[in-house]
Amino acid sequence: MDEIRSGISEVQCDVLVIGGGTAGPMAAIRARKKNPKANVILLEKANVKRSGAISMGMDGLNNTVIPGYATPEQYTKEITIANDGIVDQAAVYKYAQNCYDIIQELDRFGIRFQKNQNGDYDVKKVHHIGTYVLPMPNGETVKKALYRQLKRERVLISNRFMATRLLTGKDGRVAGAICVNTRSAEFLVIRAKAVILCMGAAGRLGLPTSGYLYGTYENAANSGDGYAMAYHAGAGLANLECYQINPLIKDYNGPACAYVAGPFGGYTANNEGRRFIECDYWSGQMMQEFYNELQSGKGPVFLKLNHLAPETVTEIERVLHIVERPTRGRFHSNRGTDYKDEMIEMHISEIGFCSGHSASGVYVDENARTTVAGLYAAGDMASVPHNYMLGAFTNGAFAGEDAVDFVKEVDYADIDAEAIIKEQERVLAPTQRADGIPPNQVEYKARRLVNDYLQPPKVTRKMQLAQRRFEEVRDDMNNAMVARDSHELMRALEVQSILDCADMAAAASLYRTESRWGLYHNRVEYPGRDNDNWFCHTILTKGPDGKPAHAKKPIAPYIIEIEEHERDAYYKQRIVASEAAE
Amino acid sequence: MPLANTATSVPVVVDEVKCIADKGCTVCVDVCPLDVLRISDLTGKAYMKYDECWYCMPCEADCPTGAVTVNIPYLLK
Repeated sequence: MDEIRSGISEVQCDVLVIGGGTAGPMAAIRARKKNPKANVILLEKANVKRSGAISMGMDGLNNTVIPGYATPEQYTKEITIANDGIVDQAAVYKYAQNCYDIIQELDRFGIRFQKNQNGDYDVKKVHHIGTYVLPMPNGETVKKALYRQLKRERVLISNRFMATRLLTGKDGRVAGAICVNTRSAEFLVIRAKAVILCMGAAGRLGLPTSGYLYGTYENAANSGDGYAMAYHAGAGLANLECYQINPLIKDYNGPACAYVAGPFGGYTANNEGRRFIECDYWSGQMMQEFYNELQSGKGPVFLKLNHLAPETVTEIERVLHIVERPTRGRFHSNRGTDYKDEMIEMHISEIGFCSGHSASGVYVDENARTTVAGLYAAGDMASVPHNYMLGAFTNGAFAGEDAVDFVKEVDYADIDAEAIIKEQERVLAPTQRADGIPPNQVEYKARRLVNDYLQPPKVTRKMQLAQRRFEEVRDDMNNAMVARDSHELMRALEVQSILDCADMAAAASLYRTESRWGLYHNRVEYPGRDNDNWFCHTILTKGPDGKPAHAKKPIAPYIIEIEEHERDAYYKQRIVASEAAE
Repeated sequence: MPLANTATSVPVVVDEVKCIADKGCTVCVDVCPLDVLRISDLTGKAYMKYDECWYCMPCEADCPTGAVTVNIPYLLK
């Protein structure tokens, strides 16, 4: 295993789904359900059984819209306000109208959600305004349940193939993808009438403070390959300057976790043990208050559970230590830290792109269509804001159903034989060198520079320096990086995605000359929002010079009106001193 | 520039007595999202070849004989 072999083969399908985490399986399942004759391939860099953000499961649905608790209108309003107004509501509203059906479908798949004594879904309030969080104390079964459905629908699964570039026809329409086997470096060209990208967040962009390259919040396999592939295929990417930054346990990559502990009475506290934010729901505005507290004399920030009854803490631990991030208990026992005895130190995560928690993603409409014909995106990498796991499932379903209709009307786009040869040369270049710089060193340097220069608060001069230094790293990457086996080659390819994302992060952040989304886009020289000039999406594309180009895109007229007095609700998070002292 | 062999302590540990990779089992290698486990040509047992661990635990959870333990990587322990 791992030795580099030559060779290339070609297959074709109607719909190619790339990424077997959360959105991808649902896209493939729904495409096959809608048209059982459609030929659907699900491609995965790892193994569909345990890939993606929910590898070990998930502890809850963070954004359900369940009759009796919330309405699609309320949810659309809440997310519009949480995302500082920069929302095309059609996609959020459509999600909100359909996610309850998806929950029931997941329930039928055998995925268990918390129910109350009457057998109704037991929804909790964590957001600033409405009630949307549905716990999954038995959420470790998600991937197994999905895998059963994939087998049942007879989706063709191809594991350990990494897509490296999309192919497009002369008319710009998607024509398929070029892939390389991560254990043999053999190429596979997949011709497809439609391609659905479900490749997760760009989670290996910033470097965790521990310095461990793989200690990221996101599954470390999510290296931003989908963002890079969409970019090189000519798709538009929306609001990339709206980074993902999350409140985590210090040094451990698990969330604190407000959504699990909050409903039991746990909260985020400063070093005096006091609450300083009203609402623990993740938003840029909340993260700004978190950052302010960290920097103040009242930092660091802690997760406070030690005021709760021991049985309650045990109940919380049962969820936190089994589902989603099960090594958490080991982390605490190594350190001798116990939620029952003391507050647990928290910190902020490295930066990334992820619309699942913020809004940075490949631009999609309410049918999950990107700006490239035949190309779809769903899940953490697509631009529907705050869409979390249930958004990945729901938007994945939209993508699968729309794509399977799209392929009825079209034939395969032409593929360019020369583009395939050029891509093979690009991919294999690091294997052609006898020595040089290994991928892990190139990656460490790129990501260390991301931390040094791109982390908010954002400063123009620092971001310009980042761009200069990224150029130097790119030069090394293109001319000196060496991969000795096919596994290292996979890492070498991931580094190229990471550096593309770093360039996009710098360029997008420089373009928007205002501050918005709290900490996510806090530009020191441009404090405050500038609605006259920047109440719009920013769309980044690959320019004619091969570098990021920018455009403004108007916000689609709201479906659900937001009253003037409601707009800033998420900026009113800080608990004022007199109240806190009570 | 030539390459060095820098030592690193890896988080995933396999109990070679319990591991049945030599009988054809490849479960831990198959499920790892980062693809960092391999079967040793020398011992026929599974081991962590690449120090690139997300300490997520499918290898441990899915191992049929309980041979795999995931520790927290030293840098963040």
